Amino acid sequence: MQYSWFNRNLKWIYTLPAVFFVLLMMLFPIIYTVRISFYEWSMSATTPPAWVGLGNYIALFKDERFWHAVGSTFYFTVAALALEVILGVAIALLLSREFKGKNLVKTVFLLPMVATPVAMGLVWMLIYEPTIGVANMMLKSMGLSPLLWLASPNQVIPSLVIVDVWEWTPMIALIIMAGLATLPSDPYEAADVDGASAWTKFVAITLPLLRPTIIVAAMLRLIDVLKTFDIIYATTQGGPNFSSETLNLYGYVQGFQYFKLGSASSLLVVFFMLVMGLTLFMIWMRKRLEGAS
Amino acid sequence: MIKKKGQGKRFLQTLLTFLVLIVFAFPFVWMLLASFKTQAQILSTGQLFVFKPTFHNYVAVFKEYDFLKFIWNSFVVAFGSTLLSLILGLPAAYAIARHHLQKLGLLILVARIIPGITFLIPWFILFSKIHLVDTYTALILSHMLVGLPFIIWIMISFFEALPTEIEESALIDGCTHHQVFLRIIMPISGPGVITSSLLSFIFSWNNFMFSIILAGDKTKTLPIAVFNFMSYSEINWGALMAAACIITLPVLLIALVSQRYVVSGLAAGAVKG
Repeated sequence: MQYSWFNRNLKWIYTLPAVFFVLLMMLFPIIYTVRISFYEWSMSATTPPAWVGLGNYIALFKDERFWHAVGSTFYFTVAALALEVILGVAIALLLSREFKGKNLVKTVFLLPMVATPVAMGLVWMLIYEPTIGVANMMLKSMGLSPLLWLASPNQVIPSLVIVDVWEWTPMIALIIMAGLATLPSDPYEAADVDGASAWTKFVAITLPLLRPTIIVAAMLRLIDVLKTFDIIYATTQGGPNFSSETLNLYGYVQGFQYFKLGSASSLLVVFFMLVMGLTLFMIWMRKRLEGAS
Repeated sequence: MIKKKGQGKRFLQTLLTFLVLIVFAFPFVWMLLASFKTQAQILSTGQLFVFKPTFHNYVAVFKEYDFLKFIWNSFVVAFGSTLLSLILGLPAAYAIARHHLQKLGLLILVARIIPGITFLIPWFILFSKIHLVDTYTALILSHMLVGLPFIIWIMISFFEALPTEIEESALIDGCTHHQVFLRIIMPISGPGVITSSLLSFIFSWNNFMFSIILAGDKTKTLPIAVFNFMSYSEINWGALMAAACIITLPVLLIALVSQRYVVSGLAAGAVKG
């Protein structure tokens, strides 16, 4: 068959534009960020970047605010991820049975993840408002004392975790529901014959069979929780007193509020390696777990 | 006895389902209610659900701020970035799926893992130098880095699931690969294209981090406009909630009308893992 040059090289003609775009918009910025992390520069046209070697990194590791941001990032991530996975599995089990209005529930359930995060952040600000917010009204009506929510350094991260859990538990639940639909029915029939309780069936059959799905869902969520920006920046901008400032926010503030591009870049390189490292670790863990079972 | 226990269990399940429904719907209901309240009604805690509605907030949003322009900006950027991502992404996804170019697939996945903020400083420097800050071009290019990997990722699994027999017989009939893609594959790819482009549109519409840096007065998108509302000394909650309603409405409509596609898109990103 006679093939023209165009058709012989079609797979490269098809892929090159996309690959070129991704490399240009992704690889070039990463290299640039690494490079500028060895300089000190405030984007001034008159003062060129000054080489400081590892200076930015040394300063970063001595910076208390950085370590605080590391702590906040892990606190937020671990709390949100744990709650989302537990609630996601529970809700998936609850909704997996057939009942009237199932479609309505599933639709409502979908809305938090597609709704614009900034707008939702503002809605939660109104809910959390200490004097007029409905959150404190509910606490009072139950006879509990009101909280400061986003305005308190101690309560701000748990409050933001609630927002993230509200927004993203549906995604975990949807993935788990898809996984539940593929489970075989014979182990359950055998368990019924043995007279096993619902809890025993859940622990001995459902959970082990669902493990790969749960791990995938948690992995996907982990990658995104670490990078949470919109809801935090829209509601607190990292406050009060930097108490909700995660690495993503601190990098943003350093770069675009203080215009310390060198310091910000060194922080972003560390953040980048942290996210990549954790992701690779999760992939490795998943392979090991799957190999073991 | 057994029957009674079953009934109790069913009751508990219904109750819990109801609770889940209320918890997840509540912020939307609250946003909608507050958008029809005056500032005084919001500040008084006596009128939670029953109050005399006002449209003043919506009027104010459109009259006092250039909200139509923000809607237009958001639309242009979301539409533009999705369309360009489709043009670049569909052929790429097809080639990756048919020729098993796993390494390229991996590159696309990496783009989804890396924190977007890592790109932002170089983009800002570069776009400032070539005077692209505050242009649709800069916003569309940056939003494409979210949309394109997503579209490619969804479409790889879509194309892989298509049977290859039709393509093979078309090739035997003398079609070139390029013709096969355009005339045979594209017409049957509707569901995949709809799923991936709807989500790409939603991601761009919702984007905050890239736009807040790269947009300016001329190209300000809705999330930035709504966020800027807050910087005034006293928060006008009613107008803020009206603005929040306007910005979320199109996305919620997309999700409601094409629920099936959106769910499959969100799940597909996961199942492949």
